[in-house]
Amino acid sequence: MLNQLTISELAAKLAQCEVSAREVVQSCLDQIARVDGKIHAFISHDSADALAQADAADKQISSGATHAQKPLLGIPIAVKDVLAVKNQPLNCGSKILGKFISPYDATAIEKLKAAGAIVFGRLNMDEFAMGSSTENSAFGTTRNPWDISRIPGGSSGGSAAAVAADECIASLGTDTGGSIRQPAALCGCVGLKPTYGRISRYGLVAFASSLDQIGPFTKDVRDSATLLGVLSGVDPRDSTSVPQPVPNYAAALDGKIKGLKLGLPKEYLIGGLDPEVKAAVDAAVKQIEKLGAEIVEISLPHTDYAVATYYIVATAEASANLARFDGIRYGLRVDGSDPAELYSKTRGAGFGAEVKRRIILGTYVLSSGYYDAYYLRAQKVRTLIRNDFLKAFETVDAIVTPTTPTAAFKIGEKSDDPLQMYLSDIFTISCNLAGICGVSVPCGFTKSPKLPIGLQLLGKPFGEEMLLKIAHAYEQGTGRHKEKPPLSTAA
Amino acid sequence: MAAAEIDIRYVAHLARIALTPDEEKKLAAQLGGILGYIEKLKELDVANVEPTAHAVPMVNVTRADEIRPSLLHEDALRNAPKQANGLFIVPKIVE
Repeated sequence: MLNQLTISELAAKLAQCEVSAREVVQSCLDQIARVDGKIHAFISHDSADALAQADAADKQISSGATHAQKPLLGIPIAVKDVLAVKNQPLNCGSKILGKFISPYDATAIEKLKAAGAIVFGRLNMDEFAMGSSTENSAFGTTRNPWDISRIPGGSSGGSAAAVAADECIASLGTDTGGSIRQPAALCGCVGLKPTYGRISRYGLVAFASSLDQIGPFTKDVRDSATLLGVLSGVDPRDSTSVPQPVPNYAAALDGKIKGLKLGLPKEYLIGGLDPEVKAAVDAAVKQIEKLGAEIVEISLPHTDYAVATYYIVATAEASANLARFDGIRYGLRVDGSDPAELYSKTRGAGFGAEVKRRIILGTYVLSSGYYDAYYLRAQKVRTLIRNDFLKAFETVDAIVTPTTPTAAFKIGEKSDDPLQMYLSDIFTISCNLAGICGVSVPCGFTKSPKLPIGLQLLGKPFGEEMLLKIAHAYEQGTGRHKEKPPLSTAA
Repeated sequence: MAAAEIDIRYVAHLARIALTPDEEKKLAAQLGGILGYIEKLKELDVANVEPTAHAVPMVNVTRADEIRPSLLHEDALRNAPKQANGLFIVPKIVE
């Protein structure tokens, strides 16, 4: 089944003309037809357009284009519904964008296309990336391919589920507080959140501008490295993208991690950490030690303040960013007798409950009389959290933690308790506040039901090369990333 | 420390979001709980700490001052809920 293969496996077959891009795309479309009714990873997809792109890729291959020039030539990659793809719908999992069609490509999408990828499909997500379960989508809930009574994680739940169920070869998501790493862990794929500024955010609908990053979901670490290489780089259209050189990430995956030092933060081994998750992470740490790396205990003393800091900083930024959805220039409009009434009615009708909750919280923490007590204080605590990491990285090359405290929870289990839902992001949130990079790789399963568990590796700012090298060395020893959910492989 | 009482109607007005009475009630209770949790930041002494707005601070970022193609007029209007004569139509602003 071609749809089950990785980018590197398919690139080799496409280059040898063993298979055509059309066959690869068709195998993904067949899988979508077979399983997406149960999983609902896609909000929509345009089969005819995907096949037309495949034919164009086949033409390029037959006229001599190589994967050395275009590393993603003929590879179907699906996209979270928060990134602009020219002439495709863009809804951010919300009603408020109506029938919006993107007039241009995001920089990340331009780069995928330039690398030869077949960019297709709109992947489901929590509305405006606000959520940890994909239950907050106006287009219905995505289900975990390992157990369809459970959530796939969020906010990039569609991106994770589509890769885990082999409905595409890789996908793009975004991570503001864990929205790539958490669903990757819960669905059993590799999810990378690059350092803030590594990938241009132009054409990404903003949630919290100082925290948002785009990143790949893949079936193994090598594919993650390949995609990061394609997506990275400074962009004049995003003034926060950083002019750091882009190394050959895939070339760094040599399996040699002997002598590296990894930190295990004692604050992450908390109550609420599921014993099966703890056992899987302990075993992974032992395995990394066996490969020759040294594990030392470290302290990130402000860990306990990260969730509170995040829900001030992120909601404050969101309240400003989402002011643009006012019913004037695009999307839904509910008429009113004056502009103010039109705005309020449009936003009242267009936004879902979680988005309203966060905009109102963000408006409150920025409002006159509360700014210093909440927003400014949170920005200062953010400094303390960032300093914890920078200090830790003076002595260790990377940090190793569980990605999530538990495996995937049941649909509906936390949807009425926003605070409990927020606390499920406890291990992923600090990384965004500190602006470092992080990756989640599969590290085991719970017994009954069988659900994936993720290992999180955190790296220095712009330390993706080292991060992926460690993740790859670990992955090669386990083979766990090759396990597929029964639903994906059943005939 | 007890969480501040949130005046949900006032804040929803600032945010320009019309809420139903049910939504007001539910949101006020939930936000009360979240604000109570957030109070824990007051345990920390931040008197001598600089705030972080961006983790990777960049200053004076400019790009080349060149004429480049921009979004076409019809593309900018394509998603408008109401338009006429190449303009967005909005309710009357000035009497």
